[in-house]
Amino acid sequence: MNILVFIKQVPDTNEVRIDPKTGTLIRDGVPSIINPDDKNAIEEALRIKEEHGAKVTVVTMGPPQAEKALREALAMGVDEAVLLTDRAFAGADTWATSLVLAKAAEKLGYDLIFAGRQAIDGDTAQVGPEIAEHLNLPQVTYVEKVEVLDGKVRVRRAMEDGYETLLVKTPCLLTCIKELNNPRYMNIYDIFTCYAKEIKKMGIDDLGLDKEEVGLVGSPTKVKKSFTKGPKAQGEKFDVPPHEAATIVCEKLKGMHLI
Amino acid sequence: MDFSLTREQQLAKEMLEKFVENEVRPIAAEIDETEEFPIETVKKMARLGMMGIPFEREIGGAGGDFITYIMAVEELAKACATTSVVLSAHTSLCCWPIYAYGTDEQKAKYLPKLLKGEHLGAFALTEPNAGTDAASQQTTAKLEGDYYTLNGSKVFITNGGYADIFIVFAMTDRSKGTKGISAFIVEKGFEGFSLGKIEDKMGIRASSTAELIFKDCKVPKENLLGKEGIGFKIAMSTLDGGRIGIAAQALGIAEGALNEAVKYMKERKQFGKPIATFQGLQFYIADMATRVEAAKNLVYKAAWKKQTGQNYSLDAAMAKLYASETAMYVTTKAVQIFGGYGFTKDYPVERMMRDAKITEIYEGTSEVQKMVISANILK
Repeated sequence: MNILVFIKQVPDTNEVRIDPKTGTLIRDGVPSIINPDDKNAIEEALRIKEEHGAKVTVVTMGPPQAEKALREALAMGVDEAVLLTDRAFAGADTWATSLVLAKAAEKLGYDLIFAGRQAIDGDTAQVGPEIAEHLNLPQVTYVEKVEVLDGKVRVRRAMEDGYETLLVKTPCLLTCIKELNNPRYMNIYDIFTCYAKEIKKMGIDDLGLDKEEVGLVGSPTKVKKSFTKGPKAQGEKFDVPPHEAATIVCEKLKGMHLI
Repeated sequence: MDFSLTREQQLAKEMLEKFVENEVRPIAAEIDETEEFPIETVKKMARLGMMGIPFEREIGGAGGDFITYIMAVEELAKACATTSVVLSAHTSLCCWPIYAYGTDEQKAKYLPKLLKGEHLGAFALTEPNAGTDAASQQTTAKLEGDYYTLNGSKVFITNGGYADIFIVFAMTDRSKGTKGISAFIVEKGFEGFSLGKIEDKMGIRASSTAELIFKDCKVPKENLLGKEGIGFKIAMSTLDGGRIGIAAQALGIAEGALNEAVKYMKERKQFGKPIATFQGLQFYIADMATRVEAAKNLVYKAAWKKQTGQNYSLDAAMAKLYASETAMYVTTKAVQIFGGYGFTKDYPVERMMRDAKITEIYEGTSEVQKMVISANILK
């Protein structure tokens, strides 16, 4: 069984700051990590490998520095790592990104694909589902339990008010949430061999894509403006009984033409 | 000259820091209180290859290097001195002498399980009347047919209550003095071997410091380590390396206490401002941080010399002497900075201060280190 895991390297923070002038993410001084949900995806693939036997390949699209995330995955015990890197990929939105990842999946071959639910920097939760659409694969999102059966998987999907259990034919794509498992640590054995392993690099030509389909050019999303919400004014404080307070609030709202 | 870590060491450091924060720090105060040996932590460390870091994969090791092993001891000690000495005693004092002096058969029999952490190791040299004067061993070993018969007792044996494999020293020929001492690989299940008292200690309280009793203990003659009469040499060379481990432990304790002190000084307010703004305490931090940095350089230089095959005996002694004194200095100052709170168990610095003291005593007291250092300088 070939398992592909799509991962993303993200800044190690939940509060990504945006440069007010350029509207882009400020990454300076913030260490990079494997996106947390993607670690759950790696763990699940490794767990299945240990239980049923499989080859686990991690794939990421990113600049050359994203190699660090792949080395970390190798140090957790995955078998192979692929870096999809090309200047033409820069500035991609989720559509252009998922197209590149889907093409890579076609080239690499797969029986099962894992991705994290969403990345902590973009928070879109779109890339996983879009890969499945490009590949015309069944997909299950918000996966919190996976059981591998013959030719299919039984998957439990978290809902707001409960869960759904689905039986899905493989190949399929599953997006993982943190409730799925506890990602393992890197280990000394694999840490000391991970830099000796070759990381396969694939660019636009290897994937057979056109420049118009990828990167900023291939992205239907157009960002008009990115900004950080300005600080709120302090407000006024009234120390009065409740009925007087209600009157004051109403007057203020009327004054703002809100009621 | 290059002080930077390799890429592998850097990844190992990231892994160790996470492991310590998630698995070690949360239980450090509890095991200090209960004296419960951290056996579950050891199992987790084993799965990550931490029980055999500096040994080749071909013999069951994790394929790492000595500097990474030292870093592991240091990182563990930042949060829990007990857990760090479990690793240090196992690796430096049990695995290493078998690796360095064992026959191929002994290595094949004992190392894979030790290095994978399926077995825990210990080192038994100290006796009630043979501490710093390690040469006056009372335990005897007499060859009778296919077995050596061991009689005597050992005290203060780190990991003692939980170890599976012990390196035990005993007199095979008293007339030859130190040249009459031999080393043996003893399994805990050998007939005539039993555990005595488990010590109730000031610090590293969960490390299971045990008395070992040998009463006509039958040790197969193929378990003699090296040759008869080289036991003292094995012990001294083993302790040379072990000292780097204890120095790393002391360094970690000092760094842990310094981190706590810095954090507290920024939070704690007196006279309407954080105590970090008071110059008297700022000078404490300057002294603490400078000593920690000096200790770190000594520890890593000794580790680098060992890793690169250079003679490290003098460096190890200096590192152990200075790092342990630094641990004592920094933890005492940290308690002072915390004031009354530092004297309570609500904060970890009192534990760190109690843990620090042993680093000036075991694997050669500070006075022994000074003997080793001066003998090297004045030779």
